[in-house]
Amino acid sequence: MKHVEVFVVGGGPAGLCAAISAAESGADVIVAERSSILGGQLIKQTHMFFGSEKQYAGTRGIDITDILIDKLNEMDNVKILKDTTVLSVYEDGVISIEENGVYKKIKPERIIIATGASEKSLAFPNNDMPGIYGAGAVQTLMNIHGVRPGHNVLMVGAGNIGLIVSYQLMQAGVNVKAILDASPTIGGYLVHASKIRRMGVPILTRHTVKRADGTDSLEKATIVELDEKWQEIPGSEQELDVDVMCVSIGLSPLSELLFQSGCEMAYIREFGGYVPLRSINLKTSQDHIYIAGDVGGIEEASSAMVEGHIAGLAVAKSINKVHENYDLLYKDYHEQLASLRAGHAGDHIRSGLEKATI
Amino acid sequence: MRIQEHPVLDFKKGKEVEFTCNDKTIMGYEGETIAAALHASGVKVLSHSSENHRPRGFYCAIGNCSSCLMEVDGMPNVRICTEPLKAGMVVLSQSGKGEIR
Amino acid sequence: MLEKTGIASEEQIASSFPSMERLEKGPVAVIECFQRIPCNPCATSCKKGAIVPFVDINDLPDLNHQKCNGCSLCVFNCPGLAIMVVDYTYSETQVSFKLPYEFLPLPLEGSTVMGLDRNGDAICDCDVLKVTNSKVMDRTPLVTVAVDKKHLMTFRNIKVVQDGR
Repeated sequence: MKHVEVFVVGGGPAGLCAAISAAESGADVIVAERSSILGGQLIKQTHMFFGSEKQYAGTRGIDITDILIDKLNEMDNVKILKDTTVLSVYEDGVISIEENGVYKKIKPERIIIATGASEKSLAFPNNDMPGIYGAGAVQTLMNIHGVRPGHNVLMVGAGNIGLIVSYQLMQAGVNVKAILDASPTIGGYLVHASKIRRMGVPILTRHTVKRADGTDSLEKATIVELDEKWQEIPGSEQELDVDVMCVSIGLSPLSELLFQSGCEMAYIREFGGYVPLRSINLKTSQDHIYIAGDVGGIEEASSAMVEGHIAGLAVAKSINKVHENYDLLYKDYHEQLASLRAGHAGDHIRSGLEKATI
Repeated sequence: MRIQEHPVLDFKKGKEVEFTCNDKTIMGYEGETIAAALHASGVKVLSHSSENHRPRGFYCAIGNCSSCLMEVDGMPNVRICTEPLKAGMVVLSQSGKGEIR
Repeated sequence: MLEKTGIASEEQIASSFPSMERLEKGPVAVIECFQRIPCNPCATSCKKGAIVPFVDINDLPDLNHQKCNGCSLCVFNCPGLAIMVVDYTYSETQVSFKLPYEFLPLPLEGSTVMGLDRNGDAICDCDVLKVTNSKVMDRTPLVTVAVDKKHLMTFRNIKVVQDGR
């Protein structure tokens, strides 16, 4: 059994920033990433990020990964394990991992779980057909593998992911026939919406998918309008000839390890599903387990990075590895988070935090 | 289906290799996922569901949902959306939960 | 309503434009950003101090059109691509617009492209005056087109018409 100081599960923006801050504080850190590439969802984000300079606003997501990896490579107290899946986090604090096909057990002093989130699916007849993908899947196909998903797309969901992926589809030469949202208003940033509208892509609010049809794969989708009570308006059905449907109706935290390890969990709608209860320093109900990023509640990459830094600092301090600028950084990171969450766009986050903070 | 020119990205591909899917020879690039290589050559149906034989493709493309399980070089239940392609791979649709031989 | 359609109203657009007096002095930025979101690269990229530094990053950009010289640094720094530079003095009959354009193929200088309104509908032809794509722009090229002055408030986007489309 290996002894380790800080073990970070997940090499996305939250995990990488947690590793940076914990290592800068003097802790020995291991980062386990199940994929062969670091960066999590950042590696598919070809657009410029929002937020402020401190969260790399104006920089493309794909470039932010490189910035974080470069920082980690400068430190010799960080070990990065790629192609390494964390299989379990047991209640006694033992972790088991599969590292390139080899099974190992580790007992870290502290664990930071930064496993992110996955796409929700939508229920409608034939929703299991090939051609119907999560929006992130289409992003992976296009931006990582350089493969177009199809020719004509129906985007279901006008949150930031739906709007951004629609724009990226157009950049890849794929036609987006329409973007739907069941809500009466567009959920994503309106500048993203305006950008896609002036390309001629319709955004239909109060609309949803009624059914999908096709022989072996998607050939057409039937959409329908909803009334103020979210009920289908009879006779408002329209058929669209599409070979790709992107389901972008929200994410849910990948919380299996947290459940297994015995952390106290709660279903918090504002956060997208089950999340662990946590202190303001991101410690769960278990003293040795911390969280960072979307696994604690669906938000944005900018806040995931700041949370990563907070968790990294806090975790290191808890094993007496205190960053020389701890107080300054602690204050700054919390101010950054407050700033990101202060506006209307952060209403649901603040509401969720009231329920999740212990 | 492959993007030749992109306004933001540069796609660096490994070497072109041959593999088979259900006995059909397909070209792909070494190191890309099997799902990407199949999709690029127009293969969208990866298997059929065990009870009602409904066509199945991938859904999340990142290893979370288990929609894309196929048999690769004799090993069943491989998530082809995360499995990197190698020359000469033999990819087969599996029926149901696959057999461990 | 912007939140329902994704398209700003005529009043909102009019409020982003400077006075005719300022338009007649030369190039100036027009920022169409109406929602409070955490974002401030426009202010941090402005070297003239024309965009007031944000106190709260959720604030809407506050652009002083008199201080602005239309340099277009904010145009390619805005993550929402919400800014364009308008030059009403381009000619007697035409106004020029400098837009961020992140698509291929980039239009060729001297060619004609389709001009679109905020709904994505074609409203005119435009002459492509200039295309810049330098390293500092980080893959957000700027395309400058000349458009008939009557489209000042409605023109917002271009479409490169390709053979066979």
